[in-house]
Amino acid sequence: MLSRVASSIYWMTRYIERAENIARFISVNLNLTLDFPAEASRQWQPIIMATGDHQLFEKKHGTEYSARNVIHFLALDQEYSNSIISCLRAARENARSVREIISSEMWEQVNRYYLELKQAGTTDYASRNPHKFFKIIIMRGHMFTGLLYSTMSHGEAFQFALTGLLLERADKTSRILDVKYFMLLPQAGEINTPYDSIQWAAVLKSASALEMYRKRFHRIIPRHVCDFLIFDGEFPRSIRYCLKMGEQSLHKVSGTPVGMVSNPAEKALGRLCADLDYSDIDETISMGMHEYLDDLQTKINVVGGCIHDAFFKVATVPDNGGAAQ
Amino acid sequence: MNFSNYDTQGFYDELFDQDNVPRPGAKLLIEKIESLPENDLMLKQRSAETALLQLGNTFAVYGSEEGTEKILPFDMIPRIIDNRDWKKIEMGLQQRIYALNKFIHDIYHDKKIIKDKVVPEDLIMTCATYRKQCEGLVPPKSIWCHVTGTDLIRDSDGLFYVLEDNMRCPSGVSYVLENRQVLKRTFPHVFADSGVRPVDEYPNKLLATLENLAPATVSESKIGVLTPGIYNSAYFEHSFLAQQMGVELVEGQDLVVTDGFVYMRTTKGLQRIDVIYRRLDDDFMDPKAFRADSMLGVPGIMDVYRAGRVAMANAPGTGIADDKAVYAYVPEIIRYYLGEDAILPNVPTFICREDKARAHVLENLDKLVVKAANESGGYGMMIGPHASEAEREKFALLIQKNPRNYIAQPTISLSRVPTIVGDHFEGRHVDLRPYILYGEEIYVMPGGLTRVALKKGSLVVNSSQGGGTKDTWITDSGAGEDENHSQTQYHVPFSQSQSQTLTRSDDITGGNHA
Repeated sequence: MLSRVASSIYWMTRYIERAENIARFISVNLNLTLDFPAEASRQWQPIIMATGDHQLFEKKHGTEYSARNVIHFLALDQEYSNSIISCLRAARENARSVREIISSEMWEQVNRYYLELKQAGTTDYASRNPHKFFKIIIMRGHMFTGLLYSTMSHGEAFQFALTGLLLERADKTSRILDVKYFMLLPQAGEINTPYDSIQWAAVLKSASALEMYRKRFHRIIPRHVCDFLIFDGEFPRSIRYCLKMGEQSLHKVSGTPVGMVSNPAEKALGRLCADLDYSDIDETISMGMHEYLDDLQTKINVVGGCIHDAFFKVATVPDNGGAAQ
Repeated sequence: MNFSNYDTQGFYDELFDQDNVPRPGAKLLIEKIESLPENDLMLKQRSAETALLQLGNTFAVYGSEEGTEKILPFDMIPRIIDNRDWKKIEMGLQQRIYALNKFIHDIYHDKKIIKDKVVPEDLIMTCATYRKQCEGLVPPKSIWCHVTGTDLIRDSDGLFYVLEDNMRCPSGVSYVLENRQVLKRTFPHVFADSGVRPVDEYPNKLLATLENLAPATVSESKIGVLTPGIYNSAYFEHSFLAQQMGVELVEGQDLVVTDGFVYMRTTKGLQRIDVIYRRLDDDFMDPKAFRADSMLGVPGIMDVYRAGRVAMANAPGTGIADDKAVYAYVPEIIRYYLGEDAILPNVPTFICREDKARAHVLENLDKLVVKAANESGGYGMMIGPHASEAEREKFALLIQKNPRNYIAQPTISLSRVPTIVGDHFEGRHVDLRPYILYGEEIYVMPGGLTRVALKKGSLVVNSSQGGGTKDTWITDSGAGEDENHSQTQYHVPFSQSQSQTLTRSDDITGGNHA
């Protein structure tokens, strides 16, 4: 398939998944406000700090980190390139450029989703009904993934879509976990108190992981939460699961079985999966959770770069790439 | 909603005769509409518009900051043409395209028509769309204009006239197909009973037209639609056609010329492409051959084309035949190449480069429509009776400064079709753009795009200027069965189609990439 098309499909799903994860990110906070209404107001600044875009925020809103401002900034600000609506715009532009490749159901859903968000930007629905609003965003993401799986042939284009989606999801689960270190920094006296476990439950909930976690570990213990979200072999948002499924998709593109390597992208992702297979939560904790997650994110980015070089940026000399036509 | 207060106001109406009685082909539809519950039609209209927006079937409006994406306004009331009228149009267009193709070929080769003084040499040589790079070029099977959209209008006398030919990248056919889908869902029974001729085979016909161009040495040809990209006003159509034909949609950046062939950049390396349906103007096709600043084209593609290793539809250089000053000569062109009179008449045209005609035009600017010779989309034109004094003065100056670039025509009172305006119907002016494909035969899509000027009294139907579209029905009302049905095709003498098209020779490495 055309390199440009593969790239557009890969980025389309990445942006859709990114939009969904911004909603999940915010919902960590929303979940907390349900349990600790009094604490809620002090929690909105760290969420912006965690994005790294606080300077841009302050340019627009000063230091007024109100729920309203933060929600608007992260969800509906069209000038902020990492907002939900900006992600959707990017996803839609990509979808538009491959609409003859994806199913029309997928295109129509992205298009409608974007128009809906644009409409939401003109009202204050999001800040008045944030729980409902972000739930809708998450459901839209699920709907798109469902359409992807069930209306598009599972050929090469689909594998690129899935690879993009899974890499993005792995990255974002690591960031949701990392949020704990930015915004829920355990104050010495709070560790192992009900407050602490409620915070961790909020993290699980925002990854739709609470029930599945409880089936495996029953009690909420930080070590187990991290173990579950990083290493679980069956939960579809755990980092290891996402990367291993991503590896399978990537291998379906080249036709090389997992375990063999035919290009640098497979090599980079294979190595990352092996890291996760042969490491465990104790090692992670001794390395320092934040440091570990940071390193993981860098490695996921390297995989993304390798995918770009291997498939999207094709050499113009036919002999270099003419192997399989 | 009903038609009891509808008045044709003395215009030729496509659905009603001069006594406000429905024409035979429209009778069923009118009855159906009048039987609908109050507001039903408006609800249908609104839900059709919402559906089009959600489908994202939008076009971009150039030069407008906000709302760069709009759906093309669509009116539910179709325009209906009786099959008897249509047959004449079909034959007329086949004749016209056949002759124009011969004309283009002649102009880039022997220029016999110039030597025989039928068309003045300086008129051709000053055409902005004349491409020196195409001199001596032999496109596959000597076909230049594979896809044409010819604009027709119906005057108050009830006759169809050709207004202009669009032989470069005519757009709009996707709207024909989409509009038909909407109307089929809205009036299913009327469709069945009216014998409306189908338009849905267009994508297949287009694909066959493109396959017809593939080099004979290629067993399974790779075909692509070349688009300028998602910001082009017709992007939706490019993608739609690629999807309908099941071929690649490519941008200039996806293509690369190397080793004397054109390749697509794919995830598995470079892959050769054989036929390109390009929706990109000549100027932008190849920065090495045409405009050097084009970022949209493919450097070096013209060399490959000239060597017969890639085919393009339409061929570069076809714009020569849709120059509006050349248009005035089309009846002569038809007579010159075919020895026949034009079946479809032109609108009388004053060519401003001719002194007598120019004097007449300048004296009658308040009565005439003035057009720049190579503009399209309703840009660069003035409708005399509707123009201000200042506009007329501006065009008088423009004409005197560059008479070659202007033509003028009498203001034609375009026919009208009832159109939904608020809660009732009003007549609105329309034109008609049928699409013609030149492949193994010349195919005229039965119907075409009816464009409607939605502004009251307006004669400008272009989408960029407040125009909308309607579905076009060719119906068989049963009237005129006595006519000789066997004489329905214009007989194009195709025996000449065996030509000396250069095909690539197999000794050039190409075999590796097949």
